[in-house]
Amino acid sequence: MYRKIMIPVDLAHKDKIGKALDTGADLALHYKIPVCYVAVTSNAPGPMGHNPREFAQALAAFGEAEAARRGIETTTRAILSHDPAVDLEKKLLGAIGETGSDLVVMASHIPNVADHIWPSNGGRVASHADVSVLIVR
Amino acid sequence: MTDETETTAIPAPEGPANIIDTDYQIGQHNIQPRIGPFDLDIHNPVFLISGLTIVAFVILTLAFQDSVGPLFEALRDWLTATFDAFFLLAANVFVLLCLALIVTPLGRVRIGGRDATPDFTYSAWFAMLFAAGMGIGLMFYGVAEPISHFDSSLGGVVMENSARTDWAPLGGAAGDATEARRLAMAATIFHWSLHPWAIYAIVALALAIFSFNKGLPLTMRSIFYPIFGERIWGWVGHVIDCLAVFATLFGLATSLGFGAQQADAGLHFLFGVPVNDTTMILLILGITAVALGSVVAGLDAGVRRLSEINMVLAAALLLFVILAGPTLAILTGFFRNMAGYLEYLPALANPFGRDDNNFREGWTAFYWAWWISWSPFVGMFIARVSRGRTVREFIVCVLLIPSAVSVLWMTAFGGTAVGQIVNDGYQAVSDAPLELKLFAMLDALPLASISSFIGIVLVIVFFVTSSDSGSLVIDTITAGGKIDAPVPQRVFWATFEGLVAIALLLGGGLTALQAMAVSTGFPFTLVLLLACYAIVKGLMDEPR
Repeated sequence: MYRKIMIPVDLAHKDKIGKALDTGADLALHYKIPVCYVAVTSNAPGPMGHNPREFAQALAAFGEAEAARRGIETTTRAILSHDPAVDLEKKLLGAIGETGSDLVVMASHIPNVADHIWPSNGGRVASHADVSVLIVR
Repeated sequence: MTDETETTAIPAPEGPANIIDTDYQIGQHNIQPRIGPFDLDIHNPVFLISGLTIVAFVILTLAFQDSVGPLFEALRDWLTATFDAFFLLAANVFVLLCLALIVTPLGRVRIGGRDATPDFTYSAWFAMLFAAGMGIGLMFYGVAEPISHFDSSLGGVVMENSARTDWAPLGGAAGDATEARRLAMAATIFHWSLHPWAIYAIVALALAIFSFNKGLPLTMRSIFYPIFGERIWGWVGHVIDCLAVFATLFGLATSLGFGAQQADAGLHFLFGVPVNDTTMILLILGITAVALGSVVAGLDAGVRRLSEINMVLAAALLLFVILAGPTLAILTGFFRNMAGYLEYLPALANPFGRDDNNFREGWTAFYWAWWISWSPFVGMFIARVSRGRTVREFIVCVLLIPSAVSVLWMTAFGGTAVGQIVNDGYQAVSDAPLELKLFAMLDALPLASISSFIGIVLVIVFFVTSSDSGSLVIDTITAGGKIDAPVPQRVFWATFEGLVAIALLLGGGLTALQAMAVSTGFPFTLVLLLACYAIVKGLMDEPR
């Protein structure tokens, strides 16, 4: 039914996306398809690396660990943004086509009043993506 | 397992760079509180301390205006009068270091690693650094400062009790209009070209090297790593970062308050808009609202685009003045003023053995303290958008090109205004108050209503670009160097800045807190001198 699952990950907050990772891996096993973990970074040093290359290496290591742990085929893709706080959804939407994914599994917080002003990243991706998006609360 | 990261997503490998090996992880001291519906990611304790100190200073200033105002102003005057030689000397060091970096092999080091590619095109990069750097000042002082120096130079030296009481630069040019004009333009250009841009370049370069090449967080404390080592993650670093936030927010808020007064005066002059608190508050709210839109839209869609619009408008106004004004005089004046500047430069930059105390302390040292107090903000913003340039390219574009633009701008606006006084006997521009001098000058040219309207729009847009880039910088510092902190934090700082400006405008105290902000120029001069050492040491370790 699907060819590839894209799972956006925030490497600095892995604890908050466990359910989305589990769900994505279950679906990958069920449909026997690969998972692509996508993360957005900036040029400035951050918690996950001093530069985009180190960030990409950290993401690749994460992908490898997930593949070994869950027995699924994984790829990773690190995307560069000048201003990740604002450009996140745009970059993720672009990554759907670039990675050839046709299902997005994405963690999102429980909506609250703030979502009326700043819709959640997951909400925005689901609104604009032309593929299926599964939002995991 | 395959890795797609090397294909298209990250455009270029970073190449060799000399990362500093530290156990500190960016965001390590951050806390993630939830305030109402908003999740935050802030540095503990820099966010809280700087925020509370700013609120405390505003309340104190409002409550004890009569005593606090004179105190801060006395502090500023004392600093610029006592340490004038120190300020002048330090600024000379910055210029010389920058020029040395262009010609030495250290200039070959690339910000972000040997194979890094620039994040922004030349035009976008240049527009952003100019809009953040001094755009607004050029609007107000482009006409006012040359006229002021011209008048004082023409008046010559005035002695009272064997001390000079005049404000003329150097020895003035009593009664000699041609020489007074040359000296006035040289003195103005001195304050707006190499020295201020060298101050910005030093801070920006130090931050860029220690962040993009050494892997430290993009905050002021990182510059001090070669001196304090791991201790910068403790209180030493907290104090430096808080001071940077403090100087930036007060610099921006007081400028916004004064800017609203000046824009209101301009609107009154042009359209008869009433000059009162309501209009000024509406202006501050309007500027803050557009700045909010810009920070929420982000660096690419907001700040960059607005800076580019700004640049086009400024270029249009400059071109208009050149074409509608005395075209030939401006074009030849550019080279004449450049030559005059270079001729007077050694004397103007000399910190010792001068008797023009009013000019040296009241203008030059004050300006240097002012530029230096703005340098954490402008420097950090320039650093953030300059990755991928070589040090040589960086200095040429941050120091030499803006300096040349400043010379052209001052020649077009100031030179035209002085010409109107000398050649045409047009006194309105001389008599007008500071905030109206630009409009008085434009009034004597054709199509004044259109050019003045563009002028007022430019003033407002320049404020917006300062406000949005300032909010980005404060947000990054108070998030421990993370540039992907939640957007509501930027909104908080941009709004806070507008509210502080309104509180000071209504309650009084703009002058007092601006004096306070300028006073931070003194500790930051020491910071910058240390940054010079850090730059050279940092660059020598980098692969070239």
